[in-house]
Amino acid sequence: MKLPVKLTINGQTHSHEVEPRLLLVHYIRETVGLTGTHVGCDTSQCGACTILMNGQAVKACTLFAVQADGAKITTIEGLAKNGELHPIQQGFWEKHGLQCGFCTPGMILAAHQMLERYPNPSEEQIRHQLEGNLCRCTGYHNIVKAIQWAAEQMAAAKK
Amino acid sequence: MATATAERFLGKSIKRREDPRFITGRGTYVDDVKLPGTTYAVFVRSPHARARIKTIDTAAAAKHPGVVAIFTGKDMTGVNSLPCGWLLPELKIPPHPPLASETASYVGDPVAVVIAETHDAAQDAADKVQVSWEVLPAVSATDRAIAAGTPQIHEVAPSNTAFTWQIGDAAAVETAFRGATVVKKRIVNQRLVANPMEPRACLARYDAATGDLTLWVTSQNPHVHRLLMAAFVLGIPEHKVRVIAPDVGGGFGSKIFLYNEETICSWATRKINRPVRWTSTRREAFQTDAHGRDHVTEAEMGFDGQGKIVGLRVQTIANLGAYLSTFAPAVPTYLYATLLNGVYEMPAIHAAVTGVFTNTVPVDAYRGAGRPEAAYLLERMIEAGAAALKMDVTEIRRKNFIPKFDNGYQTKVALNYDSGNYSAAFDKLLGMLDYRKFRADQDAARKQGRLVGIGFSTYIEACSIAPSKVVGSLGAQAGLYESAKVRVHPTGGVTVYTGSHSHGQGHETTFSQLAADELGIPMEQIEIVHGDTGAIPFGMGTYGSRSASVGGTALLMSLNKIKEKGKKIAAHLLEASPGDIEYVNGQFQVKGFPGKAVPFGQVALTAYVPHNYPEGLEPGLEETSFYDPSNFCFPFGAHACVVEVDRDTGHVTILRYLAVDDVGNVMNPMIVDGMVHGGIAQGVGQALWEGAVYDGGQLVTGSMMDYALPKADMLPMYETDRTVTPTPVNPLGVKGAGETGTIAATPAVVNAVVDALAPLGIDHIETMPLNAERVWTAMRNAKR
Repeated sequence: MKLPVKLTINGQTHSHEVEPRLLLVHYIRETVGLTGTHVGCDTSQCGACTILMNGQAVKACTLFAVQADGAKITTIEGLAKNGELHPIQQGFWEKHGLQCGFCTPGMILAAHQMLERYPNPSEEQIRHQLEGNLCRCTGYHNIVKAIQWAAEQMAAAKK
Repeated sequence: MATATAERFLGKSIKRREDPRFITGRGTYVDDVKLPGTTYAVFVRSPHARARIKTIDTAAAAKHPGVVAIFTGKDMTGVNSLPCGWLLPELKIPPHPPLASETASYVGDPVAVVIAETHDAAQDAADKVQVSWEVLPAVSATDRAIAAGTPQIHEVAPSNTAFTWQIGDAAAVETAFRGATVVKKRIVNQRLVANPMEPRACLARYDAATGDLTLWVTSQNPHVHRLLMAAFVLGIPEHKVRVIAPDVGGGFGSKIFLYNEETICSWATRKINRPVRWTSTRREAFQTDAHGRDHVTEAEMGFDGQGKIVGLRVQTIANLGAYLSTFAPAVPTYLYATLLNGVYEMPAIHAAVTGVFTNTVPVDAYRGAGRPEAAYLLERMIEAGAAALKMDVTEIRRKNFIPKFDNGYQTKVALNYDSGNYSAAFDKLLGMLDYRKFRADQDAARKQGRLVGIGFSTYIEACSIAPSKVVGSLGAQAGLYESAKVRVHPTGGVTVYTGSHSHGQGHETTFSQLAADELGIPMEQIEIVHGDTGAIPFGMGTYGSRSASVGGTALLMSLNKIKEKGKKIAAHLLEASPGDIEYVNGQFQVKGFPGKAVPFGQVALTAYVPHNYPEGLEPGLEETSFYDPSNFCFPFGAHACVVEVDRDTGHVTILRYLAVDDVGNVMNPMIVDGMVHGGIAQGVGQALWEGAVYDGGQLVTGSMMDYALPKADMLPMYETDRTVTPTPVNPLGVKGAGETGTIAATPAVVNAVVDALAPLGIDHIETMPLNAERVWTAMRNAKR
């Protein structure tokens, strides 16, 4: 038995018939073909699959595709607008917030929601908010700096 | 046409050229490669630590919709054992078939593979494969493997002993210990799981029309994968196999080795004539990625009345797991015991190592590989010595440091260090720390009942692996040189093909910096290609902190050859002698006459359009070099950690972490700092949280829910600095930076916790990680 899903990813509408057990992350990666969203574990610990669904950062491995029916989704591929990097993406580049790059899409999208909640986060807040995203390369030092850099840029842009 | 530049890039924190694709989700990892007609492999694995396979019934699974093929070990006739690439004298090598057909030897050992049209179909069908098991007694504990009455795992290895090995002078230690204060400790260096964020994956495609096999695989060394798999296991000529390791999401050693899964997929694609994909789940990663460390050691360090070390005696049991992984025998021997001289003058050393088989995941190199075990032992022992002698931990180190040297220090355990200035790094660290003030603050804190401690680690490591002749004499079945090809295109662009591999290290940036500096052209005109045996010269890949030092030197050699040939072409164009030509800022010029010059681009074009060209010179501008280092390089440094222990819970909080590393010359400080940070996090992880635990042969820490990887809120900002002692070994003066943090951090943290607990009479905790439970237990059992 397959069920219909229709959702918007990065501004484009997608309609498919999918198995009810298909995870949203596999729908995005395999059915739609957007491979920037990664799978790093099978227990929702690592956060590499973090996306924005209706503006909220969610782990795409914790939802079935059918649960996202009607949703508006942003993946890492949709974050830069008109070829211009989002300040968080720019921050990760400026501050060397990535090495192998595998956790990076999830980190950036988790940071996206973080900065909506806390536009001027303390180091402690950043670290606490990243509790659901694992990185094995950076030791988090430069990820914290990247998010601080982005917060400053975004605050300056609002003034 | 190429443009010249006087700008220099080496030594600067140039932003990474690879990052734009990663921050926009456009990297290409193995699981992102899509091929039409792909089938999906799911493995049936042993749920038992040790069990005989009575029968495997695949009938029901074969009928499952979408199943393409099911194979068991009995189908893989003519396929050899997975090889061990490092041999020790009298090493016992048990058979290691890609699919076990008689006995499974650890939980996760694959016994069948189901290949289907979709992953779900393969998974559903795999659940229908019926294996009839005869469960056999098993052993997983390192110190139980050789005990009497323990079941023997492999016929070839009585007492489960793979090897016994020793180095140093036992009699000299015996003599040295007479009259000395000898501190004796049992030191357990627990088993770890590397856990790169990208799980292992492979995609194998056989092209029946050409007979070519292409394998995309998460590899740190695609040529090593190709050689081992094609020549040793499957018997396919290497030239018919192309191995591609595209973007790889971290490795930390675990992606060096040849594993069952890519071997089986490469075999199966030829059987079914369709691409076969396998992507590890994280649970499978815990059960099959080579684990690291796992030593149980009895260590004795002797001191004279002034605190000078007189000798070191070490007996280590190293757990190798169920089979010999690719480089397993080297790790607890030549990468471990040869580092036991540390940064200290040591008159006598003896180390004996027993490598044992257990019914656990095979153990091999994990970031640092042997060197963290050595550094941990030494740094724990010297602080235990300080406690026994009631000396300050900084004073005892100062008394024992090898004095500064620039070119060679012969240790008691084979290695000859390149250059070192150990007290300088330590002094810098103590300055950053304000050590005296710390001790005063600590006294005040202790008076308030708080448990605050500091721990140091003054480490050395051997990297830039390695001189082929030396490692060959020690058992390596491979050379450990590196290759680089530089291709200058007719219009002056440059492609560098390196045998080295980046899985996060940033080669596309650092190697571009080097090439741009040497050629005097902008980095944008240089492309770095790695990870594809179809493109690059035969190379050994990345591990042992060797990319910049060994791979970078190979690149430098090729760049020099390009310039030498360019001088001949330029001399002809300028009607001068090649000996009078110099290369400055992207142009070949007559020495002292910058006006009499031809730019790099014109020379490149001339090389490919050789109308006006030196007699007898080959057209084209492309050079390849293989660099085999004359020695290892030996980075060193000093780390310190300040912790506070919660008296009620045993929870450890890191208050400060400081590091001074000396990795020789630095090509890109930002990248080096990043590697140090990440290394520290992994070292802290071992000290406080990580550990693979077996219970009754089952890996009970088999997921990220049970195995505690460091998270952002568990770690501090790191305070880092460096000293620079260039190596004389290679012309770049670079030593290697990939593993220093991991090696240094673990003992610094554990020493800090022990120092914090000193008021309770605690001077040692045998086993890591020092999680809250273990610290709480130690406090509860303390004398006072």
